[in-house]
Amino acid sequence: MIEAELSRSVRRWCKGATGVTGAAKLSGGASQETWRFDITHPDCVIGAILRRSPKGYGAAPTRAAGLAAEAQLMQLAYEAGVPSPRVMHVLLPADGLGTGFIMQRVEGETIARKILRDDEYAAARPHLARQIGGILAGLHRLPKDKLPELRSRSATQEISEFERDYRSLDWPKPVFELALRWLRDNDPGPSAEETLVHGDFRNGNLIIGRDGVRAVLDWELAHLGDPMEDLGWVCVNSWRFGEIDKPVGGFGSREELFAGYEAAGRQVDPARVKFWEVMGTLRWGIMCGGMMQRFREGPDHSMERAMIGRRASETEIDLLRLLAPRGS
Amino acid sequence: MQDEPTPIELTKSVADFLRNDITPLISGHQAFKLRVAVNILDLVTRQLTREEGSDAAEVVRLRALLGMDGSVTELNHALAERIANDEVDLATPGLAEHLWATTMDKLAVDQPNYASYKRELGRDS
Repeated sequence: MIEAELSRSVRRWCKGATGVTGAAKLSGGASQETWRFDITHPDCVIGAILRRSPKGYGAAPTRAAGLAAEAQLMQLAYEAGVPSPRVMHVLLPADGLGTGFIMQRVEGETIARKILRDDEYAAARPHLARQIGGILAGLHRLPKDKLPELRSRSATQEISEFERDYRSLDWPKPVFELALRWLRDNDPGPSAEETLVHGDFRNGNLIIGRDGVRAVLDWELAHLGDPMEDLGWVCVNSWRFGEIDKPVGGFGSREELFAGYEAAGRQVDPARVKFWEVMGTLRWGIMCGGMMQRFREGPDHSMERAMIGRRASETEIDLLRLLAPRGS
Repeated sequence: MQDEPTPIELTKSVADFLRNDITPLISGHQAFKLRVAVNILDLVTRQLTREEGSDAAEVVRLRALLGMDGSVTELNHALAERIANDEVDLATPGLAEHLWATTMDKLAVDQPNYASYKRELGRDS
């Protein structure tokens, strides 16, 4: 039972803690799990989250930064005032919980459709696009000398990598070919400035409350690269959840996003943002293909995964809307 | 020739049973999984209904575009290769129209409620 191990662990590093209750798994694949639980304490109850790779699943997939790096980035972000959960403990072998970390639970909503539709967030919604601009500026300003070891990726390398992934699927997709061609023809070259890139900053990976963004989650795809990548990815149509005329996560306009970014003292390059939006749309499409392959080859034979395979066509229509728009 | 009811009618009957009779009995994560299952059956029904017609139209367009014959899969491989080799691009007459028509036919099966699709459908009518 995980509660026994968690109780032993928290008593070691959380002063006064007596144990834990209410452990429940929130999500989990074979190699990575997220659990919620409460730390019991004579004065209060502390809501907490465990992110871990269970024992025997140490190796991270090649694109992932790894849980240790994730913990370090979240802590750095928290200290720099970027909304992020506070990391309370990085797991040690003595914890017997595998590798990973424990962080403070931030209350709020992550389900994109609820954030976009529920009355509770109505007051926050009009401000989110601009707020996200400010948060991304803060994230891109995190000091490089304090960052953990991260992979570095230029646009050119990303195009080659996506092309290889796509070809390995052996899945003839003329629209993806067209997008790959467009990306090669419009490759902006190395960015003048290399910064931390979150890598998966989008509606769905943000905890939102009535007051706006409370935390940025899922740092596992963090890397060094062109900061405009994050601004493009947050605009990918799949993350607008139906609000297609509000490019920034379904919340607001690119102009608001850019204004928030620039008000925080950083420059936007709109052409690069557009490039990364096309790249991001193709990236999600190829990821859908990867889901199809994993479903077919067995490790995760779930209906959900099968259906994500059928979402590749949404990226094809969105790529056509970007590259070959009809009418006006 | 196989007997009837047709696969479309059979699949639809299972989807309707799950949707109308089972859904009210189930909650939590299993209810979510059931919704996915019903969505899958609905998708299969849409594909069975539309695939023959849309594939035939796609093959006609691909033959004209490529000047060759083959199955819908072979022709798609050929088109993908020609785009990759720079032999065909958006300036090629008929390419954009073909890709739009093909993609619209896919969305009609995969996600008829996807907002971009509904917007573009409005343009067609």
